[in-house]
Amino acid sequence: MARVVSQTKSAAVNPLKSSQPLGAAFAFLGVDGAIPLLHGSQGCTSFALALLVRHFNEAIPLQTTAMNEAAIIVGGADRLEEAILSLKARTRPRLIGICTTASVEARDEDVAGDVENIKRKRAIELVGTEVVLANTPDFDGAIEEGWSKAVTAVIEALARPDKQYRNPRKIAILPGWNLTVADIEHLRETAVSFGLDPVILPDVSGALDGSIPEDWMPTTYGGTKLEEIRDLGATMQCIAIGEHMRRPAEALQRLTGVPYVLFRSLTGLENVDRFIRLLAAVSCKQTPLNVRRNRMQLQDAMLDGHFHMAGKKIAIASEPDQLFQFSDFFTAMGAEIAAAVTTTGTSKALEMVPAKTVKVGDLSDLESLAATADLIVTHSHGREAARRLGVPLMRVGFPMFDRFGSQHKLTILYRGTRDVIFDFANIIQANHPPNPWPT
Amino acid sequence: MSSLNAKNKDAFHELASEKSGSKGPKARLRNCARPMAPGTAVGGCAFDGAKVALQPITDVAHLIHAPLACEGNSWDNRGAASSGPTLWRTSFTTDLTEIDIVMGHSERKLFKAIREIKDGYAPAAIFVYSTCVTAMIGDDIDVVCKRATDEFALPVVPVNAPGFVGSKNLGNKLAGEALLKHVIGTVEPDEPGLCDINILGEFNLSGEFWQVKPLLDKLGVRVRACIPGDARYLQVASAHRSRAAMTVCSTAFVALARKMQERWDIPFFEGSFYGISGTSEALRRIADLLVKKGADPSLLHRTEILVAEEEEKVWKRLEAYRPRLEGKRVLLNTGGVKSWSVVHALMEIGMEIVGTSVKKSTLEDRERVKQTLKEENLVFESMSPRELFSLLLERKADIMLSGGRTQYIALKAKLPWLDINQERHHAYAGYEGMVQLARQIDLAIHNPMWPQVREPAPWEQALVV
Repeated sequence: MARVVSQTKSAAVNPLKSSQPLGAAFAFLGVDGAIPLLHGSQGCTSFALALLVRHFNEAIPLQTTAMNEAAIIVGGADRLEEAILSLKARTRPRLIGICTTASVEARDEDVAGDVENIKRKRAIELVGTEVVLANTPDFDGAIEEGWSKAVTAVIEALARPDKQYRNPRKIAILPGWNLTVADIEHLRETAVSFGLDPVILPDVSGALDGSIPEDWMPTTYGGTKLEEIRDLGATMQCIAIGEHMRRPAEALQRLTGVPYVLFRSLTGLENVDRFIRLLAAVSCKQTPLNVRRNRMQLQDAMLDGHFHMAGKKIAIASEPDQLFQFSDFFTAMGAEIAAAVTTTGTSKALEMVPAKTVKVGDLSDLESLAATADLIVTHSHGREAARRLGVPLMRVGFPMFDRFGSQHKLTILYRGTRDVIFDFANIIQANHPPNPWPT
Repeated sequence: MSSLNAKNKDAFHELASEKSGSKGPKARLRNCARPMAPGTAVGGCAFDGAKVALQPITDVAHLIHAPLACEGNSWDNRGAASSGPTLWRTSFTTDLTEIDIVMGHSERKLFKAIREIKDGYAPAAIFVYSTCVTAMIGDDIDVVCKRATDEFALPVVPVNAPGFVGSKNLGNKLAGEALLKHVIGTVEPDEPGLCDINILGEFNLSGEFWQVKPLLDKLGVRVRACIPGDARYLQVASAHRSRAAMTVCSTAFVALARKMQERWDIPFFEGSFYGISGTSEALRRIADLLVKKGADPSLLHRTEILVAEEEEKVWKRLEAYRPRLEGKRVLLNTGGVKSWSVVHALMEIGMEIVGTSVKKSTLEDRERVKQTLKEENLVFESMSPRELFSLLLERKADIMLSGGRTQYIALKAKLPWLDINQERHHAYAGYEGMVQLARQIDLAIHNPMWPQVREPAPWEQALVV
C-alpha cells in the first residue's frame, strides 16, 4: 500500500503532467469522423495540437473556439456556437467533442447549458452531427481524467438502453489512454481469436496508426463508429482497462445494464492469465493456439530476462494507471520501485502501487529521487534529467517526441509483456554489461 | 483588466510595422489584429508569442503563472541553441489548482514560487508571464514582480500577454514592450564600442545565428545583444548602448526597434540572413549604419571584400546543386519574413516558386514577395489544409517547405517536404545556410524512397510474378 504524498512546492519545475483537456481531446480522436473542439483561447489548442503531432507524427484534427477578450468578459457561448456551426459546415464531422479549458471553467460558465441551447436552436443545421461535452478544466486532473471524462460523455450521450437483445458474441472493451495503437490492435485480434466481436471505445487505431487516406481528411478517419457506440447496450460484457475507466464502465452499466469487469493492468503474466480466463468464459471457447504459444514465449522471456531485472532500482513517473501498470510489472520481475511520481492524487490505483510512497509532483521531484536508481521510466521530457543523472531512460507514456514508433510498441497481454521485458533488459544490459569481457 | 485592455489596444495601433503606421487604421489592423475565428482558427495565442519571443534568453528563469496546460503542454518544444546557460530549458509554472483559484491564493503562490526559483536556481532574472486565467481572476503580476524585485534584489520582470488578448504575433510585440519597460536600459555596459549592434528577432534556432556571427566577427562588428537568441540578461539590459540594430523577424520586434530608435537614437533596418543576396545586403546595411554613426569608414570597404569573397565561395559550392534543383517547383507555406527571403533565395538557385503564403507577414514583407514573384496569384493568405492539399497537386509541386503543423499535408500526399520553421533540424542562415538548404531540398526531392512509396500495392497491380 503506497502512501500518497501531495505537492508542497509553489513552483512546478519541469512538469510531468499534460493537461486534462488534452486527454479528453485524445479520447475523442478515437471516434470515427470526429473533431475535438477545445473551448478556450487559441493557445490551449495550439499547444495540445503541437504536442499530439510531435507524439504521433500524424496530422491531428483539433479545433478551438478562440476565446478573445470580449468572450472572456461576457462569456463564450457565442464563440462556441460559431465554432460548432463553422466546423459542421466546413468539415461535416460525425461528432464534435467539446473539451472545456481553464478559461471557461474559471468563469464558471454553464457550458452544458450552452451546448443544449445550441443543439436545440440549431437542430436542423446539426443533423448528422453529434455534439458531446466533457468538462475538463486545466487546473484539475491530467490526461487520464480527461480521457475518462470524454469516454463517459460519449457513452452517456449516445449509448441506448437495449435490454431486448444481447448479442452473445459481442463484448465492449474500454481501454485506458495508456494503451498504444498496437495494444488495441492486439486486444482486438485476441478477442476475435476467441470468436468474439469486440467494440473498442475509444479506438485510436485508424487515424493515429499511420495509415494514409486517399484524400485530405479534416476529421478523424478510423476509430469507433457512432453506430457501434449507440449499440453498446447489445454487448454481453464490458471490459474496462485501468482504474480511470471505471467511470465510463459504470455509466454504460447504469444506462444499459451491461456488466463490467475491471482490469487495472493487462501487463504481467498473472493479469493476462485472468484476462484470458475471462475471454474463454465469455466466449465458451478453448484458448486458441496462438495465445497459448504467446504465453510460452512470455514464460521463456521471464526466465531469460529476470537475471537482468532482479534487484534493480526503478524511478518511475507517470499518470496513475500507467504508474501502476509498469511498477506492478517491474516488481513482478524482481525489481524494486525506488521512486514513484505521479500527476494527480485522487486515483485509487495509486494505493496499489508497490512503493512506499507515491509523490504527486513533477520531473524535478523525480530527478531528486532518482540519483541512485538503475533506470528512470517516464516520457520524453525526462531525457534531460536522465542525462544529468547518468541514469538510463526507458520511455513510456505521453509525450514521446524523440523516439519513433511509440504507437506501435506492444505493452499488454503475453506478447506485450514479453516485449517490455526485452526492452527493459536490453536497456539495463547496455548500461550494466553482464560480461566481464568487452562485447 | 481595463488597464490591460488599454495597453493591448495601444499595441494594436502603436506596434504595427514601422511604415504601415502612416497607412491608416484599416491597414494597420490588417497587419496586426487579424481576427481569430472560432472553429477555423489556427496558430498560437498571445501568451505563446510572448514566451517564444523571450524564452531563448538563456540565463533567465521563465515562470508561467497559470494552471498546468499553458506550460505543461508547451515546454521543451523549441530548438533555440545556447552557448552557455541552460536555465531557459528548465520549465517553471505555478501550476494553479482549483483550490488556488477559488481561495484566491494565486498571487501568494506566485510570490513563493519566485522565492523558490531564486533560492534553487540563482537565475540572472525571472520573467513572469500572465495567462488567461491569472489575468481573468485579476492577479496583478506587476505588483508581485515589483515586490519580489525589491525584496530579492533580483530583476523580476512581468510579461503581460494573456492568451485571450490576441494572436501569437501580438504576443511577440507585447514581449518587446516588456523588455522596453523593464529590461533594456537598466544596466550600463562596461565598454561600449563604435561597432556594437543589436540583432532583434533572431532566435538562434538550431544554432542558426552562429553561422552568421563569424562573418560579423571578421568585420570587427560586435553583437552586443541578439534578442532573444542565445542572449544573456545583462546583454539585453545594456542593449541601449549599441550603435545600430537589425530586425530579422520584422513582425516580432520591429516596434521594439522603432522605440529604441526614438529613445536611444539607435538606427535600424529590416533585413534577413536567408539567401545569398539577403545576407550580403544585411552585412552592407549594418556597415553602412555603423559608419553613419561614427565607425571607421574602412568598414564599408572591408565589408565589400568579405561579401565578394564569401559570395564567390558559396556560388561555387552551390553549382553542384543547380543541375539537380533547376526548374523544380516549390510551394512555400510559411509566414513572416521567410515568405519573401526564402523565396528569393530559392529563385537564386533556379527553382520555380509555385506559391507562397504571406500570413503573419508585414505589409512590407508582402510588397517584397510581390516584387520578387511578379505574379499576384502565387501569393496566398492562410489556407485550410484541404485547400493546401489541392494546391500542391494542382500546381504539381515537387516539394513543400513549411512548418511542422502542415507537414502531413505534403507527406500524406506522398510529396517531399522540408521543415523550415522552429522545429527544423538544420540551420539555414547565412551563406553556409544556403548551401545547407540546397542540400536538404536536394535530399528531400531525390530520396530514392519516393518512387517506392508511390508504387501501387501488389493487389492493385496486374498479376505478373
